[in-house]
Amino acid sequence: MLQTFFEQTGHPELVILSAQWTLDIDWLLYFTRKDRIVFVPQQSKCTASMIEILEGLKAAFWLVITFDAELWEISLRSLRVTLTALLIASAIAIPLGTYLAVQRFRFRRFVISLINALMGLPPVVVGLVVYILLSRTGPFGVLDLLFTPTAMIIAQVIIITPVIASIAHQSMRELWAEYHDLLISLNTSKRQRILTLIWDGRRNLLTAALAGFGRAIGEVGAIMIVGGNIDHVTRVLTTAIALETGKGDFALALGLGFVLIGLAILVNLAIHTLSQTEREGRW
Amino acid sequence: MTQMFPLTLDQVLVRRRGKAVIGPTNLVLQPDGPTIIIGPNGSGKTTLLRVMHGIERVTSGTVAWQHNDPSQHAFVFQSPIVLRRSVYENLAYPLRLIQTPKPEVAQAVDHWLERIGLADMRHSPALRLSGGERQKLAIARALIRKPQVLFLDEPCANLDGHATREIEALLQEATAAGTRLVMSTHDMGQARRLAQELVFMLGGKVHDVGDAETLFTSPANKELSAFLRGDIVT
Repeated sequence: MLQTFFEQTGHPELVILSAQWTLDIDWLLYFTRKDRIVFVPQQSKCTASMIEILEGLKAAFWLVITFDAELWEISLRSLRVTLTALLIASAIAIPLGTYLAVQRFRFRRFVISLINALMGLPPVVVGLVVYILLSRTGPFGVLDLLFTPTAMIIAQVIIITPVIASIAHQSMRELWAEYHDLLISLNTSKRQRILTLIWDGRRNLLTAALAGFGRAIGEVGAIMIVGGNIDHVTRVLTTAIALETGKGDFALALGLGFVLIGLAILVNLAIHTLSQTEREGRW
Repeated sequence: MTQMFPLTLDQVLVRRRGKAVIGPTNLVLQPDGPTIIIGPNGSGKTTLLRVMHGIERVTSGTVAWQHNDPSQHAFVFQSPIVLRRSVYENLAYPLRLIQTPKPEVAQAVDHWLERIGLADMRHSPALRLSGGERQKLAIARALIRKPQVLFLDEPCANLDGHATREIEALLQEATAAGTRLVMSTHDMGQARRLAQELVFMLGGKVHDVGDAETLFTSPANKELSAFLRGDIVT
């Protein structure tokens, strides 16, 4: 029976030596491996997790170095959807955050509070609302966008725009306090002030955009609902991970997870390098 | 070029949180300068300059120019504000705001970089400059559009003698080039060196105004006399 158990768990080479295992699997595992007796005292769960992680790393490594077609397709789709959403959200959020920093108007505080509150918008709710809006019977059903990457982009834009706007507003407010007297004394127009702040605060805005990217690339709830996780159409890394986890293929799920983390790090590094934020001596 | 002066401040009052910062007070500035504003801390020198420049709203009273053209004003703040850009871009900024053609921008910036001795640092971030260098940069940036009037709020505060001398030379050149200076200072030596007209502020009001030489040699009242002697005047 025990032998069968190990065969089922994918480790047929392991043989149980102690009957204690039957008493408490969580506390003690004794088994042999390749003629050697290996003792794994206690915390079998931890050992099992380590095996899963190692398997995940191995899976990720093989998926990457063998240029697995499906992995590349999913990864590129993830990047395309997220970067498009990021561009659109940044184009809305950065001028909005800067405008809120330089302009005083009646409901300004309320708008700022609302944006800050929307940072915690539950993605599943966003997904649901976008789903209803884009469904056949919804107001935008005629556009036939449901279960397309466009629908996923729309959902992501809604989720990350408040994140970027809020962080952008915070940094632009500080810069505006620094520049206020100078820009007023130079008789600048509102547009010139906003453009100056955006240009001079671009490093901070980059951080805001990257925060939005981080939120978007790891998002699963909304895009699962509006995208549907359709193979070769709307499947992205996060939804693929959810699917593999559901199927019980933890190694592949972890592999995809590692690819996702690697991708996020790579994009961050690439943006920092391209924008030359750390270039010595020059701006 | 249309003459902007005289500048007339009539019963100007500025209140902040219910407290009068300056005024009600009157002042008339004629085309001839430079005008140096002196007075103890908190007497309203900075607020008066800001009111004249138009970046501080008055609670009541009027500030009337013969012909006001805000693009012909410039202001240099006590703590120089530098943009988070290179030295070159800081100087080019005011010209770019008014869509000056690129070759003219380059020519003017190069001239001023040479003049203030920062040509070698043209690509350095302006925030890396020393206090004196920043103030020179701020003055050059203010003068690059050849304003008719330049307001300066204690531009040499916290600077050493060498930097002060360089800045005074810049200001004298600007005056010679036709820019009307209105400047506040705590440095009586500097006031004597630069002033043609002297304004003495006390308790938020213009206490005395007149020809600098006359006021320095024979102060019109005991408060100004005490202030010029270095006594504490409140």
